[in-house]
Amino acid sequence: MAPLLQIKDLHTEFRTGAGVVRAVDGVSYTVEQGETVAIVGESGSGKSVGALSILRLIPDPPGRITRGEILFDGRDLMQLSDTQMREVRGGDIGMIFQEPMTSLNPVLTIGRQITETLEQHRRADSAAAYKRAIELLGLVGIADPARRLKQYPHQLSGGMRQRVMIAIAIACDPKLIIADEPTTALDVTIQAQILELMNGLTRRLNVALIIITHNLGVVARYAKRVNVMYAGRIVESGLAAAIYHHPRHPYTMALLRSVPRLDRPRQARLDPVNGQPPELTRLDQGCAFRPRCRFAVDACAQVRPPLEQAGPASHLAACLRSEEIVAAAGTVA
Amino acid sequence: MYRYIVNRVLLVIPTLVGAAALVFVLMRLIPGDICEVRLSSGGGSVDPRAVALCHAELGLDRPLILQFLDFVWGFFRLDFGTSMWSGKPVAEEIAARLPISLEIAVMATVVAIAIAVPLGTISALKQNSWIDHVVRTTAIAGIATPSFWLGIVAILAVLDISHAVFGTPWMPPIDYVPFWQDPLRNLSMVILPAVTVGYRYAAVTMRMTRSAMLEVLREDYIRTARAKGLLERLIINRHALKNALLPVVTLIGIEFAFLIGGLVVTEQVFNLNGVGRLFVLAVQNQDYTLTQALVMLTVAVFVFANLVVDLLYAWLDPRIRYG
Ligand SMILES: Nc1ncnc2c1ncn2[C@@H]1O[C@H](COP(=O)(O)OP(=O)(O)OP(=O)(O)O)[C@@H](O)[C@H]1O
Ligand SMILES: [Mg+2]
Repeated sequence: MAPLLQIKDLHTEFRTGAGVVRAVDGVSYTVEQGETVAIVGESGSGKSVGALSILRLIPDPPGRITRGEILFDGRDLMQLSDTQMREVRGGDIGMIFQEPMTSLNPVLTIGRQITETLEQHRRADSAAAYKRAIELLGLVGIADPARRLKQYPHQLSGGMRQRVMIAIAIACDPKLIIADEPTTALDVTIQAQILELMNGLTRRLNVALIIITHNLGVVARYAKRVNVMYAGRIVESGLAAAIYHHPRHPYTMALLRSVPRLDRPRQARLDPVNGQPPELTRLDQGCAFRPRCRFAVDACAQVRPPLEQAGPASHLAACLRSEEIVAAAGTVA
Repeated sequence: MYRYIVNRVLLVIPTLVGAAALVFVLMRLIPGDICEVRLSSGGGSVDPRAVALCHAELGLDRPLILQFLDFVWGFFRLDFGTSMWSGKPVAEEIAARLPISLEIAVMATVVAIAIAVPLGTISALKQNSWIDHVVRTTAIAGIATPSFWLGIVAILAVLDISHAVFGTPWMPPIDYVPFWQDPLRNLSMVILPAVTVGYRYAAVTMRMTRSAMLEVLREDYIRTARAKGLLERLIINRHALKNALLPVVTLIGIEFAFLIGGLVVTEQVFNLNGVGRLFVLAVQNQDYTLTQALVMLTVAVFVFANLVVDLLYAWLDPRIRYG
């Protein structure tokens, strides 16, 4: 069976005063029906831009998708008309954003913001839309839905608002949900609840999920596969367990060292990834991670290494020295 | 909501009393005296005894505090006394001139909103297009042009054009007829002054709408609305405009109050017998009662406009309604 989503060589750039920012620079990956894929990487690596590109929501100007195919459910989204694209947004693909505080419109009721999606995509009349909205709030675990529907966003807590965003995202039975750091802005205890909710719902409704996160713990627990992004490219990709236990790119290794882990002896301190993320306007032809990489050699300055098979099955990494490093790490660990 | 309204209305009372005290004191600090102005109108010196008599007649010889209390008490009973100059009831003097001023002000406001809000929105949506540039340039001109100059140019233009077209120059009528008696005549009279004062009004409203709209369009919830696949029309009207209008409403309210001040000049230019002109006369004549009443009228308009703004705000923004 063909994958639900297949992104091929996606390029998205921004024209800024400082030059052209290649925020997404040749990204390819797939998402199967009903599967959860995580995208991780530090700030500015192009995770959000990549996600927004799928829905063609990049503000133009300054942004533009310059190349690539986004095959979704048999169609190339890049070729769709504006009207067709609108049907995909919120209909076939739901989206959840990072900031529950600002992502809902402050002057419209919760009810309105849920029902308008239904009215748009399902041509539901207001009675049907209202009934479905009540049902949706129940699904995302909001008590007393009839009262909540009449309320405004400022009357709800952050976690509650994110539940509403989830309700909106699943309203029209999408095949795919894209969640861009859905829990980063929330309290730790609430984070876990929201993640559990999303995990439960996507399984129950058999929806595929692309979850963007900084939190590798989230990855290990919920995602089947992981794409690690660095400076607009995927530098490592594979099954979550493989990446978590046998990383094959120095950046992924550094990322993992920066996370507290229960399955390893406690370290004296956590290692943040050394150095600053690169300026996307001044990348040379070499590997973008080179300046921060412990394993960098002269050859790394010559080309940006392509994403190639590294290790078993579908494990891919974009590092010239992947094999050597893994061998070295194996002896150390 | 109910309590919010009551609170807002109760706040009006101290504002009005404060304004009354201010105008009362200021009027009496201005050098000059209505009785002297009146008695010396034929020229020559004035008999002090005649002035004293006149003072007694107008009640100006009584203690100031009593005069003030009289004024405020009268105000709350909506009894504004008689004009010291003409001897006619102040209410009557004002009532005769209010309709034309009010009509100009309301017309300017309606036209300004009807033009400025759509144009400001389009300008923001098509940022940096030719239409945006044209609208913005026109708006800057509107802010930079003094309304009296615009008024004079408008009159001259009408004279010249009518002369060229009909052979005889045509002037707008200057005696007021209510709209329902003779709409054409009424409109031909108020349209020029309304446009003159309304241009600036529209210009500032337009600029505010544009900048508020640009800001709102960058908000996260607009991106959410897009991600929901809503029609662009719905995103603009329902999601963006309602938020963008909040600052615009405030501006419209404040500018409406200033409009009344602007009428003083415009009515002079167009030679209209409205409240603005009455104001000038009252001050020139040192007509305490009339001036006080007119100032209070202006303050009342100001306060009322503010109240309407606050209520509109509460209606538009649930965070205030339920805050
Ligand atoms: N509207 C824009 N104009 C110019 N540059 C932009 C714009 N949006 C994003 N970028 C640039 O694109 C790059 C990738 O940004 P993106 O938001 O995708 O990062 P991210 O991986 O989501 O980071 P974070 O974890 O902070 O959300 C950044 O360098 C950013 O400066
Ligand atoms: Mg992001």
